[in-house]
Amino acid sequence: MTTSTKKPRVSVHKFASCSGCQLAFINMGENLIKLTELVDIVHFAEAGPLGPDDEVDISFIEGSITTPHDVERLEKIREKSTFVITVGACATSGGIQALKNNADSDVWMRSIYAKPEYISSLSTSAAIKNHVKVDFELWGCPVDVKQMLAVVRQLLYGVAPLDINEKVCQECKRKNTVCIMVTKGEPCMGPVTRTGCGALCPSFGAPCYACYGPAENSNVKLLGERFIGLGLDQNVVKRKFLSIHNATPAFAEAKLLWSDTEGAQQ
Amino acid sequence: MAVQFLAPESLQNLLTVLEASGYQVMGPQLSEGAIVYDHINDVADLPRGIETLQKPGSYKLQQTSSTRFFNWANGPAALKPLLYKARQALWSCEQVAQAVNGGFVFKDLVPQAVPTAVIGVRPCDIAAMLIQDEHFIQSEYCDPYYKAERDALFTVAVNCSSCAETCFCASTGDGPSLDDGYDLLMDELDSGFLIRAGSTKGEQVLKKLPVTAASEDLTAMAAEQSAHAAEKQKRYLLDENMHANLFSQLDNRRWHDIAERCLSCGNCTSVCPTCFCHRETEQAELDGQSTRHFREWSSCFNADHSVMHGHSLRDSSELRYRQWMLHKLGSWIYQYGRSGCVGCGRCIAWCPAGIDFPAEANAISGEVELWEA
Repeated sequence: MTTSTKKPRVSVHKFASCSGCQLAFINMGENLIKLTELVDIVHFAEAGPLGPDDEVDISFIEGSITTPHDVERLEKIREKSTFVITVGACATSGGIQALKNNADSDVWMRSIYAKPEYISSLSTSAAIKNHVKVDFELWGCPVDVKQMLAVVRQLLYGVAPLDINEKVCQECKRKNTVCIMVTKGEPCMGPVTRTGCGALCPSFGAPCYACYGPAENSNVKLLGERFIGLGLDQNVVKRKFLSIHNATPAFAEAKLLWSDTEGAQQ
Repeated sequence: MAVQFLAPESLQNLLTVLEASGYQVMGPQLSEGAIVYDHINDVADLPRGIETLQKPGSYKLQQTSSTRFFNWANGPAALKPLLYKARQALWSCEQVAQAVNGGFVFKDLVPQAVPTAVIGVRPCDIAAMLIQDEHFIQSEYCDPYYKAERDALFTVAVNCSSCAETCFCASTGDGPSLDDGYDLLMDELDSGFLIRAGSTKGEQVLKKLPVTAASEDLTAMAAEQSAHAAEKQKRYLLDENMHANLFSQLDNRRWHDIAERCLSCGNCTSVCPTCFCHRETEQAELDGQSTRHFREWSSCFNADHSVMHGHSLRDSSELRYRQWMLHKLGSWIYQYGRSGCVGCGRCIAWCPAGIDFPAEANAISGEVELWEA
């Protein structure tokens, strides 16, 4: 079967991140070879191809925006891309590094670096959507390969990718995993966390730590109060929310809800 | 067939006979701090002497000195996961080079169900299964996926001799003892089991068991035991006009109050043995040449459950909780001739927020005098 249709052009860009989500692409295994038959990967520095300024159909973006140069680069990418899809916690919500948004970054820089004047950094770590229009978000720290493949497939079919925003609990129950919060009083973040991981941690008896970020309609206040009822300190509760996805509006509410019982340190 | 007596040491015979009759046998076992149905071939694996302590948002196991095998109330899952699968492949589609039917070949994926016998099924779970039977099999459109599993199922129900704090089946009329819907039904007494058949399949198995005729004393003792279990239930669901009451209270403040305590996580609907809402999803191969179409459990607490034309009609926990309760206790009656609640209490114990479903329903219906938590 021959087709004259041009293969979609795809790029993968990185900003402030650990590169773990790009690894999800590389970890596709056999599917990565299949993928290269379906699309032209024009830029993917971690895997080889370089063409950062090329026009593409889809740009996958990993990482958060932390420098003035990032902003320039991102705006250029947006101009050259039909679709922009964020990949992972950093690109989607600002990542764990967004904790710096609550602190005075100049003070930190001066106290750590001998020559802070060489560093050009923004005072915040921001999600991609805070700077440019994002067409679809893939949550997770890191993202799940299966989820990524499903999105690529849906885009290749020419349909809008399906956004699964239900809670982890739904997947736990589908897997017949016994609820560790109800049986063992474990402070599980599942009831406020977006599914996509396949409810991995609870299936091994470990409480969810919300690496997929807030699900839609999340009741952060109630879950936090429940954790306090289970014996957790306010500060511990606060930190559970102010973690990987601390900059999401839903989890950032924790800053106002619970006081810092360990003093004024951020 | 009359009520028979099975000695405790002959319980293993039941497992053996079921296995010899071609069933894979499943039964209650301890796993991850709860009672779950799993494969079993030895009565030693049954949760002997175990009781369940259930409260709103809490489920604990307790070892007691009792020598009984079925002294617990229930676990997180009823028969639902065995019959209405959490994720069921419905059909597959393949694109072929030769243009037949536009180049697509569709294949139905109705399962070859494995004949399965479940022992230790609770009366409320049988009641729930009969409700799901009506929904999936007896409605205008028979669901072949559910039917395949259901036809392959053999149930050994055991009347409840004790109840958890969260049980309220006596008020819904679905327990603690059972009238019909089972293949075999047992009462567990200190001296042994009363056992009777409720189907032809059940009779065939019963015939092969070393049983003797049960004395009237024993059957009276079993009836008394069930009545005692019913009396111990403090939770109840108002019966009189519950559905009309709820529908007259659409603007009740309490919906808002519940929403503040609700996580909208959908655990209640997942553990509910009668809830059947689902979504359908597509899992395509990356090359785009083949795909499988799935049905998976969903919930009225998910945003996509009420999406119409790209807009979620029930965008708050208030509207979602109201939908779940009004369907379960209200419109269910118009659909299926009875309420969708069998009083198993799972939605109370397995709610991470500890919301007390019957208490909320009663309060909204005007009954504010409630049990002590």
